[in-house]
Amino acid sequence: MGEMLQVKNLNVFYGSIHAIKDISFHVNEGEIVTLIGANGAGKTTTMHTISGLLKPKTGEVSFLGNPITQMEAHKIIRLGLSQVPEGRRVFSHLTVQENLTLGAYTRKDGSAAVANDLERIFERLPRLKERRKQQAGTLSGGEQQMLAIGRALMCKPKMLLLDEPSMGLSPLLVKEIFKIIQDVNQEGVTILLVEQNAKMALEIADRAYVLETGTIKMEGPADELANNIEIRKAYLGC
Amino acid sequence: MEFLSYLINGISLGSVYAIIALGYTMVYGIAKMLNFAHGDVIMVGSYLVFIGINQMGIPPLVAIIISMVACTLLGIIIERFAYKPLRGASSLAVLITAIGVSYLLQNLALLFWGSDPKSFTSVVTIPPLKLANGQLVISGETIVTIVTSTVIMIGLMLFVNRTKVGNAMLAVSEDKGAAQLMGINVNYTIALTFAIGSALAAVAGVLLCSAYPTLQPTTGAMPGIKAFTAAVFGGIGSIPGAMLGGVLLGIIEILSKAYISTQLADAIVFAVLIVVLLVRPTGLLGKKINEKV
Ligand SMILES: Nc1ncnc2c1ncn2[C@@H]1O[C@H](COP(=O)(O)OP(=O)(O)OP(=O)(O)O)[C@@H](O)[C@H]1O
Ligand SMILES: [Mg+2]
Repeated sequence: MGEMLQVKNLNVFYGSIHAIKDISFHVNEGEIVTLIGANGAGKTTTMHTISGLLKPKTGEVSFLGNPITQMEAHKIIRLGLSQVPEGRRVFSHLTVQENLTLGAYTRKDGSAAVANDLERIFERLPRLKERRKQQAGTLSGGEQQMLAIGRALMCKPKMLLLDEPSMGLSPLLVKEIFKIIQDVNQEGVTILLVEQNAKMALEIADRAYVLETGTIKMEGPADELANNIEIRKAYLGC
Repeated sequence: MEFLSYLINGISLGSVYAIIALGYTMVYGIAKMLNFAHGDVIMVGSYLVFIGINQMGIPPLVAIIISMVACTLLGIIIERFAYKPLRGASSLAVLITAIGVSYLLQNLALLFWGSDPKSFTSVVTIPPLKLANGQLVISGETIVTIVTSTVIMIGLMLFVNRTKVGNAMLAVSEDKGAAQLMGINVNYTIALTFAIGSALAAVAGVLLCSAYPTLQPTTGAMPGIKAFTAAVFGGIGSIPGAMLGGVLLGIIEILSKAYISTQLADAIVFAVLIVVLLVRPTGLLGKKINEKV
């Protein structure tokens, strides 16, 4: 179980705003690691930097031993690193099926294999199957989140980044989404999960990092952090 | 019968506007910029066809293909050297650059080809169609224009909606970041859009100059502005909108010329645009702004 993703001394700026301050962390192959933190802590900034949508001022990101810090976003996904972005960002004017097919944009293994995986995604997410011809913009929030996850899985990633998949969903749907994340992990996909819902995230994660105003304040096994007094006060409300 | 004949001419002119408007609207949809040099690409394309046929004796169809290839390259070069360095800059800076590119192309044409108007010989050889005992005559140019435009529009719709690359274009026009996360190369997609728009401009130039045979460095300016109007009229960013807007604009222009006043026709066209935008700010088929949850 080697290190799959490694982030070293990362510093990210928006103009003069220093959003990420020298953070380092790693994710091992097969793990679920969660990055928890309040609004504005820098979670999305970190995710965008890993995926290549933002470029850091200093620091390094490497994936499976490849340095990807300066790599363009559309090349990073080809290494098997896929992201479910914050706010889902499905293509609202395209149908469910077109969204999923675009998820397989980088694949070169032929349309039969893609069609096959499309059916597998529909089996896993039956709500999407009924709505395959529907425009994605007309889906409910929960369905859009499932679509975003399905779309990110269509490229057959080795690692999945999820940015607040529980945002704006009912507790029941959050459970469903987290179950899907666990299943995907069981099938061998490594997970980096960003969450404000610390309770749920710590329940399914192996390890966790706590991000506060751009720095990592705490790290450790998820069950240890779940029992930590400070964490309980700040993030779990008890 | 007279009305029908005007209507057909309007559809014909309008479908040329539609082809030009497609270039504006696709570029706007993808790059979120108004490429005011688009009209001048039409002019360059027309000159190339003119030179090919009249000075070099190349068969019309070959001349048109050469012109399309050259305009495609011109579109890619303009994007690469004038607009790409400004990605992320303010839209005002991009707009001023586009106007600059437009003047550059016009002045280069002046330099190379001079200011005296060239009389463009129609590339259309098919005879006019006489209907209703010769009361209704449809010129060969009109037939070719309508058929060509229809084929282009259907082809483009199929390309955008049915192919992987076309869907990638739609994805980029909706959300560049999410498109990149799918592995779509945004720079390549933008260049491709300019290439397609410019190739269409070359075709539009030939059709336009076959019907209105005076060619000079400013030839592209007015059709360019009108097609831009058509794109806004139909809803900028919307491909069906550009088609509808273009055709309607052509009809309005020709009918105004026929029944109201030749001098006022352009004013009427722009007045209609203003009224439509007052009633529907996003244009006829414009997408409403997506509300993000
Ligand atoms: N485009 C931007 N321009 C300027 N500042 C930004 C930009 N995006 C984010 N920031 C700032 O960077 C900091 C981190 O933002 P980020 O979006 O990464 O937080 P987050 O942890 O994802 O928050 P949330 O839980 O609300 O999604 C914030 O202070 C934010 O204001
Ligand atoms: Mg965020």
